Amino acid sequence: MELLNALMVLMNFVIVPALTYGSQLALGALGVTLVYGILRFSNFAHGDGMALGTTAVILFTWWFQSLGISLGPVPTALLALPFGIAAAAALMLGTDRVVYRFYRTQKAKPVILVIVSMGVMFIYNGITRFIIGPDDQNFADGARFLFTVREFRDWSGLDEGFGIRSTQALTVVTAVIVVAALFWFLNRTRTGKSMRAFSDNEDLALLSGINPEKVVAVTWLLVAALATIAGTLYGLDKSFKPFTYFQLLLPIFAAAIVGGLGSPLGAIAGGFIIAFSEVTVTYAWKKVLEYALPEALAPEGLMQLMSTEYKFAVSFMILVVVLLFKPTGLFKGKAV
Amino acid sequence: MGGENPYQDDRGNRDRSITADGAGASVDVTRRDGPVAVSPGGPFLEGRAMTGGYGKSGPDILHGCTIAVDRGEIAVIVGPNGAGKSTAMKALFGMLDLREGKVTLDGLDITALTPQARVRAGMGFVPQTHNIFPTMTVEENLEMGAFIRTDDYRGTMEQVYDLFPILKDKRRQNAGELSGGQRQQVAVGRALMTQPKVLMLDEPTAGVSPIVMDELFDRIIEVARTGLPVLMVEQNARQALEIADKGYVLVQGANAHTGTGKGLLADAEVRKSFLGG
Repeated sequence: MELLNALMVLMNFVIVPALTYGSQLALGALGVTLVYGILRFSNFAHGDGMALGTTAVILFTWWFQSLGISLGPVPTALLALPFGIAAAAALMLGTDRVVYRFYRTQKAKPVILVIVSMGVMFIYNGITRFIIGPDDQNFADGARFLFTVREFRDWSGLDEGFGIRSTQALTVVTAVIVVAALFWFLNRTRTGKSMRAFSDNEDLALLSGINPEKVVAVTWLLVAALATIAGTLYGLDKSFKPFTYFQLLLPIFAAAIVGGLGSPLGAIAGGFIIAFSEVTVTYAWKKVLEYALPEALAPEGLMQLMSTEYKFAVSFMILVVVLLFKPTGLFKGKAV
Repeated sequence: MGGENPYQDDRGNRDRSITADGAGASVDVTRRDGPVAVSPGGPFLEGRAMTGGYGKSGPDILHGCTIAVDRGEIAVIVGPNGAGKSTAMKALFGMLDLREGKVTLDGLDITALTPQARVRAGMGFVPQTHNIFPTMTVEENLEMGAFIRTDDYRGTMEQVYDLFPILKDKRRQNAGELSGGQRQQVAVGRALMTQPKVLMLDEPTAGVSPIVMDELFDRIIEVARTGLPVLMVEQNARQALEIADKGYVLVQGANAHTGTGKGLLADAEVRKSFLGG
């Protein structure tokens, strides 16, 4: 019974939040890994691309809300998502046309593209603040909870319980669908296969008649969709603040590198590894241990390894350890 | 490279955590195709009096080099290291700018075509290295080979599997996990998927064991028997000349000896200079 209570506390404060956060990171890391695999540079503008895509979703959500359109218990943002994706896709394709393509035709070395993407990052950053401002924005509506802690406790009769917020459930379900669709696209369709071929061996892909500009355009479309979905889910689950999205860049890159840059499967695994590490290291284990251990061993302190302000240090440490000991990542990514 | 173009400065590119390998493909996609002229007569594929080198200003590597192959033939380019063997083949495939000479295929002057366009015109090219998609399955490699085809290519895939039965067994396996000889089979199979009019192989037996080499040569003979002209560059001169209908010995980018494979093997001078007596 005591162990069950410990498990419930663990579910409520560690497993459910980490699964949610991990799904969001995985979607973000997939976008980063696609750009790395196809365009061969690390896209530092990804976090702010997420922010800008989410901004578009928020604006559409507010518009729909003002028109009185809603999806009942499901957040209106879900209805606005396709419009946000379209806006983000237009933005990224436009950026590629105006900025990245110039460097491609110059055959610029990838490290130059990395710096270029930082410039793009600052531009996106500024546009986002122009449009929606630097403050917190709340755009979540619909039902708050799938079920609350209290409802679960009453139903199970335990001392402790766990609740699932509707945004958490939505995040995980959406992530599963999006990832399945992405893998189907990459592994089953002709265009998806041509993207993998291009990522594998650019010269041979060109000699096989694969059009590089089409591959690049499809990549940006996918990245725009992934970034907007990840950003919207994060914003619904927590809150939307442009600076937070910029900061998300570190855990997202850590996830992509831990999994192996260029490997979509690795990006997903990396996302969950980073999320679970961050949450478990910064969680105060006192309550769980009180239930799990005999009374004599009950801890006095909070049993928190690190305060939550240091959560970015966790991704950074994992990044350093991976680069030292398994530089290609867990799933044999392209390089590093 | 890079001296005059600051975008190609290579500093900092060793950091693989921010940039990936393989960027800046050697195939120039910005180049446009030039006109194709009719040029009747002559061998099926011929590079006549080719002179040229890499880049716009690079030194000439080929000096009036002529290579040709006809239907049903196996032509082999041999020669010492640095003789320009692979360069000659790349010149035929359009991967370097010719300053003089022309390339004709099936009665058409294709000198101004890009490599991509030459693939569509019917040239099947197997590069020496990086000639497969390593993280894709064998079957996907073949599918990518048939990318430019809009018709049903399953029949061709069956033919490739008949030619290389081991590939059929391993068709769900990633090509990068196969042995060296099997990878070469994938590479040749991929090139055959376009149903090319001529097959060009750049050192197909580089880095494989002698037994595997013999088997690969057997397969290449089998391909040539179907009527498909085969042109290959070979490091293993003796074995290659034994199966060749026509042999070209290059020395310093120019034709040194030309003749039938048997003839060259019997030629005392050829034997002395680089077949090792």
